[in-house]
Amino acid sequence: MTIQQPKIDTSPKISDEIRRTTCYMCACRCGINVHMKSGKVAYIEGNRDHPVNKGVLCAKGSAGIMQVNAPSRLRAPLKRVGPRGSGAFEEISWEEALTMATDLLEPIRKDNPEKLAFFTGRDQSQSFTSFWAQHFGTPNYAAHGGFCSVNMAAGGIYTMGGAFWEFGQPDWDHTKLFMMFGVAEDHDSNPIKMGLGKIKARGARVIGVNPIRSGYNAIADEWVGITPGTDGLFILSMIHVLLKAGKIDLDYLSRYTNAPVLVNASEGAENGLFLRDADGKPLVIDRNTGELTAFNKPGVRPDLSATHTIDGVTHRPVFHQMVERYMADEYAPEAIADRCGIPAKRIRAIAGELARVAFDEAFELDKEWTDFRGEKHTKMIGRPVAMHSMRGVSAHANGFQTCRALHVLQIILGTVEVPGGFRFKPPYPKPVEAHPKPHYGVTPGKPLDGPHLGYVTGPDDLCLKEDGSAARIDKAYTWENPMSAHGLMHMVISNAHAGDPYKIDTLFMYMANMSWNSSMNTKGVMEMLTDKDENGDYVIPNIIYSDAYSSEMVAYADLVLPDTTYLERHDCISLLDRPICEADAAADAIRWPVIEPDRDVRGFQSVLCELGARLNLPGFVNEDGSQKYADYGDYIVNHQRKPGIGPLHGFRGDGTQAGRGDVNPEQLDKYIENGGFCVTHIPDGADYYKPWNAAYQDWAVEIGLYDSPQPYLFQLYSEPMRKFQLAAEGHGDRQPPEHLRERIKETLDPLPIWYETDQEGNQGFTVNALTQRPMAMYHSWGTQNAWLRQLHGRNPLYVPTKLMRQHGLSDGDWAKVTSPHGSITVPVMEMAALNDNTVWTWNAIGKRKGAWALEEDAPEATKGFLLNHLIHELLPPKADGMRWANSDPVTGQAAWFDLKVKIEKAGAPDDLPESQPVFEPIKSPVGTGPKNLAWKVGK
Amino acid sequence: MHPAPSVIVFTTLSGLGFGLLLFLGLGMPDVTGWVAFVFFAIAYALAVGGLLASTFHLGHPERALKAFTQWRSSWLSREGWCAVIALLVMAPYGAGLVFMGESYSILGLIGALFSLLTVFTTSMIYTQLKTIPRWNMKLTPAMFLSFSLAGGALLSGQIKAAMVLLAVAAVVQVVYWKQGDQALAASGTDMGTATGLGSIGEVRAFEPPHTGTNYLLREFVHVVGRKHAAKLRIIAFTLAFVVPLLLLYLSPHHLGALIAVLSHLVGIAVSRWLFFAQAEHVVGLYYGKR
Amino acid sequence: MTQLPQSTDRKMGLVIDLDTCVGCHACVISCKGWNTENYGAPLSDQDAYGSDPSGTFLNRVHSFEVQPTPCQSNPAPEAQLIHFPKSCLHCEDAPCVTVCPTGASYKRVEDGIVLVNESDCIGCGLCAWSCPYGARELDQAEGVMKKCTLCVDRIYNENLEEVDRVPTCVRTCPAGARHFGDLGDPNSDVSQLVAERGGMDLMPEMGTKPVNKYLPPRPKDTIEEQIDILAPLLAPIAEEPQGFLGWLDKALDKLPGGNA
Repeated sequence: MTIQQPKIDTSPKISDEIRRTTCYMCACRCGINVHMKSGKVAYIEGNRDHPVNKGVLCAKGSAGIMQVNAPSRLRAPLKRVGPRGSGAFEEISWEEALTMATDLLEPIRKDNPEKLAFFTGRDQSQSFTSFWAQHFGTPNYAAHGGFCSVNMAAGGIYTMGGAFWEFGQPDWDHTKLFMMFGVAEDHDSNPIKMGLGKIKARGARVIGVNPIRSGYNAIADEWVGITPGTDGLFILSMIHVLLKAGKIDLDYLSRYTNAPVLVNASEGAENGLFLRDADGKPLVIDRNTGELTAFNKPGVRPDLSATHTIDGVTHRPVFHQMVERYMADEYAPEAIADRCGIPAKRIRAIAGELARVAFDEAFELDKEWTDFRGEKHTKMIGRPVAMHSMRGVSAHANGFQTCRALHVLQIILGTVEVPGGFRFKPPYPKPVEAHPKPHYGVTPGKPLDGPHLGYVTGPDDLCLKEDGSAARIDKAYTWENPMSAHGLMHMVISNAHAGDPYKIDTLFMYMANMSWNSSMNTKGVMEMLTDKDENGDYVIPNIIYSDAYSSEMVAYADLVLPDTTYLERHDCISLLDRPICEADAAADAIRWPVIEPDRDVRGFQSVLCELGARLNLPGFVNEDGSQKYADYGDYIVNHQRKPGIGPLHGFRGDGTQAGRGDVNPEQLDKYIENGGFCVTHIPDGADYYKPWNAAYQDWAVEIGLYDSPQPYLFQLYSEPMRKFQLAAEGHGDRQPPEHLRERIKETLDPLPIWYETDQEGNQGFTVNALTQRPMAMYHSWGTQNAWLRQLHGRNPLYVPTKLMRQHGLSDGDWAKVTSPHGSITVPVMEMAALNDNTVWTWNAIGKRKGAWALEEDAPEATKGFLLNHLIHELLPPKADGMRWANSDPVTGQAAWFDLKVKIEKAGAPDDLPESQPVFEPIKSPVGTGPKNLAWKVGK
Repeated sequence: MHPAPSVIVFTTLSGLGFGLLLFLGLGMPDVTGWVAFVFFAIAYALAVGGLLASTFHLGHPERALKAFTQWRSSWLSREGWCAVIALLVMAPYGAGLVFMGESYSILGLIGALFSLLTVFTTSMIYTQLKTIPRWNMKLTPAMFLSFSLAGGALLSGQIKAAMVLLAVAAVVQVVYWKQGDQALAASGTDMGTATGLGSIGEVRAFEPPHTGTNYLLREFVHVVGRKHAAKLRIIAFTLAFVVPLLLLYLSPHHLGALIAVLSHLVGIAVSRWLFFAQAEHVVGLYYGKR
Repeated sequence: MTQLPQSTDRKMGLVIDLDTCVGCHACVISCKGWNTENYGAPLSDQDAYGSDPSGTFLNRVHSFEVQPTPCQSNPAPEAQLIHFPKSCLHCEDAPCVTVCPTGASYKRVEDGIVLVNESDCIGCGLCAWSCPYGARELDQAEGVMKKCTLCVDRIYNENLEEVDRVPTCVRTCPAGARHFGDLGDPNSDVSQLVAERGGMDLMPEMGTKPVNKYLPPRPKDTIEEQIDILAPLLAPIAEEPQGFLGWLDKALDKLPGGNA
């Protein structure tokens, strides 16, 4: 019979117009095509031309339309009218808001700029906000890196001049074995998913090391369900196995690392320091001549084996120390298997597989290149083993050393910056020496003496006042955490509350949900923010907060500056900051207002431009005192960090110059025309071996990444760490306090070590407790999104089968989870593919009643919960009553994942309608959202 | 399956109504005038009321007429046709009996046939669904038909026939429950085949695709406690069959018959509630629900 | 039109790679976005910011844990987790089509796509009852049945560049775990992928003959089985640092540019 089908239009018009900008639903910064109908956002998809995502887009990105229209958006500046934390506000004008802010900040700057603590959270404009803070003159600025993954960033930069995060990537096109440690969906999420897909399509193997087999680890061919916090030991054991078998890349080690650099073996103040020439260049023995020579001299073949004695002092190459340390039996797989929860046979098999692929599957690319010693190479040798790691390794108090150990493993296999291995993205590689050092020189009424954050190379660089006390409110760069490259945002509120190291006047924060999921000890933080002194004044006198949405933190501010959503603003994803580069290209991007706000809100950076002018900050006013940058867009185009170098590298000068060039007033238009981004490719032949490749170094100078070539050696042995150890041993002028000496000696070992994190006070708490971020949510933002909250509207505690049985638990039961710091009562769910002694949950699903424009009985507020209540920013008291920070002793990285708990079955579900603890609802400044949605722009 | 009240009311009432029409069509009882009017009124009220109730669960009841178009393939469409034909044919037949005292028995026979077919097509709507093993059994139409016949006999006052048919329906009911309890397991569908992962090992649902509910869970996943179900079965069986049989046996007069009818009606409604509530749709396997 | 066509010219469908899907839900939300704005009624959400949020989705990602059967080479295998996207499989013998009383549900002759003509749908739900896969959801605001259209308004859309004429879930999938093509053509990329990787049907016993195929996860956790191959690689060259340094000297001489 003839079938009559309805005729349908298979070629409907998609939209009136596509506006291409950059996503901000997480930190990934993908390119997006925003389809517009009748001037409204109709649909969002990935931009195919974009270097980050090449057209794909994650759930968050596609749900952007629900974020831009979220009922939780703040509508106007708010002035607190009730007690702090109540959520009672009145809407005020921008003029009133800016006057209030100016009146608060002006006297601080005039008298003592350190009384302002300015900290930004998930800020993607750190080079701008830090510039503002620097010109204000306060030393108290940082973003959220300290409680995120500074161990990973600092470990990478101190070891190899570049890190994982989104600052490097596996050579997805060539790698045959990809090994990831502690990677959930963190930074660089779409590129990692794309990369995994690419290598899976080739049938390459993936090894996942993670206590939890979800997400990326679920598709790993081999899953290593390691005991949390023992990754360093596992890695060092593989190094042991590889060294013993001689399966290491000796050529690579001798040419590109400090393995051959000679180290002073004498007792005393020089012990462990490099032997250097008059120019300060580390010295090696040239195997060709047997002579002592600077590492970078043309034609040198550094010797990994030879020692050198001058004036009776023996100098031994770094490699000798490595061999001695890592060949020791304590690192044998059999010795560490139980502790890591991995059978020795499995450790050997994985080490064997790494060696097999790195060496037996080595390949060559026919690319000529010249190294920094002037030697020409006709080929590039590929070692197709790539690694990646993130927060799972980073957020432990031994994380810095573990990150270093992981880089050492990569380096001894010769797999960094080679085909098939791990590759840096510009502006990396960049050695420690090419980074600024931290600055803290405060002069009332004047800018700070330099940028706040940087990389210390020894005790002289610490941010200490004359009396040895911390110069910064977060105590970054002190003996407690000398190499705290990203600051310690998680310590700001508790230090400010305690007046230690000093009291502050105003806490100014941006996009940081500190009274909820972005703090350890959430309840304590709420109390600190609302605590009053004997006069009835708030202990932290003034709080200014900027956010686009009605987050939990809004309720704790005295003045709220409402930010725009990401489609209503200018932004730049700058090479001066955290750009979107690829391993073979420099790239940056912008956001631009594809729609105009329908509320009385302003982009925070534009507000800072105006506030800066009102405060008369140099850098924000013209010579005649008038406002220098009308808004952030104006700043992006016209600001120059150095002559010819601005926030955006593309379309400079006459519109054709990349990197260096004059200000081009048409620059933003050019970016918009180009899809919201600009890519400048690294020339062929300069794309691997970048730290040592003369062609790359020249290119980097040309586009302004450096002012002169900066070739360097990978630092298997970290001399800066040794300098801190020397101080702890009593050498030098700047001395640590007595109570920290032993810890510094132990933990700042210049060669990677593994140590058990501080377990004092953890007796009886034996179960590891972790969080991870679901792929479809980012921090707390996803909850206000009508589509995303249906995917993750509440979070159970995932409990391994063994513990479920042990405690008589079934899915949906409630369990009381206790740590030395507190307890929560939460619903549980069984998970089999989980380390036997680990529980975990999704991060930041739990919400406070009244926040995010949700109804008070929303599942996020009744069933959802935070593990944060169990974690304190301080460890339990020591015998002397002193409480140490719950942080990595090297970097101050918040040790979220060191949490140990015990669990027990709680009452029947009927008795427990809500997860505990429950907090008073906060009054929503924006009401609650509509009941039903049927979203369609083009009717 | 979600035991939607509209569908339970529909199948229960219209089953009874068409059962009564069937007997009336066969001239049982052989009545005319007002008595016939009352019988026909009850039969139409039940059948039409049931049919109307069935439209309550439609998203667009105003388009219901479109449902007559697909009789070639759709049991639901066929049901519509049969019901309309039965009701249209029985109308002149009934009018003849009520107003003219005439029995157009050929119309009555046709009407009776289509009344039976209506119940059969209704049952086939459920029986055809492979997705619900508990329904996808030959016993499903047997159950619908035997219930309808027993109810019709009871309502039309055919005491002897009713006693036999009630006994038959009771047996069908018991066998249906027994076989139904094995149906899902016997279907060969489980989480292994649903996911295709059964060849690796034992499959267990982990995180659902959404933490809240959705149409599928509301419509298809309804869990009745085993003890609760057993209790309801006893109630259904007692009310639908045991009580009417006892009453018919012990006091076959009007009041007894009325109580028997009401008891049967409630019992069938409970049975029908269980028919839906206990039916496992295989989509539940994706959610780890039976 | 409730009868199924005897055959379709092509069998357009999806191939979903369970070895690659990381469970990110990108396809879910991209689908929600596209189909809210395009074909038919928007996909609505009820109680969107309240206690029981629930909306219409045409594609959802489940996850399952599988406890592999112990075998000789792996007596205590680790549990596996598999992310499992699921949408309409555009079955050849689609029961949802034949049960439809109004003809609103139909299977297209030219490409086999199963669609709902919303203006004919009475919202009886029977098609959803007949679908073993949970591919159909009745929109609560509109009262009509919604289902995956295989982006019929994208795949032939002349307003889109050729490369974009694929379902939005395929275009957006970051891991490339979703493939689109003609499964009726044995030479198509998707058919070849199915052949190579042992693509499978869901609930084959239902007799629905799904067009969409699933690629099973590759075998996992097998590295210890290769220890015989790997162990010789790890034969120690020395047990002690002293011995190692002896080996080192010789090894360095053997390097390019060395003395050996």
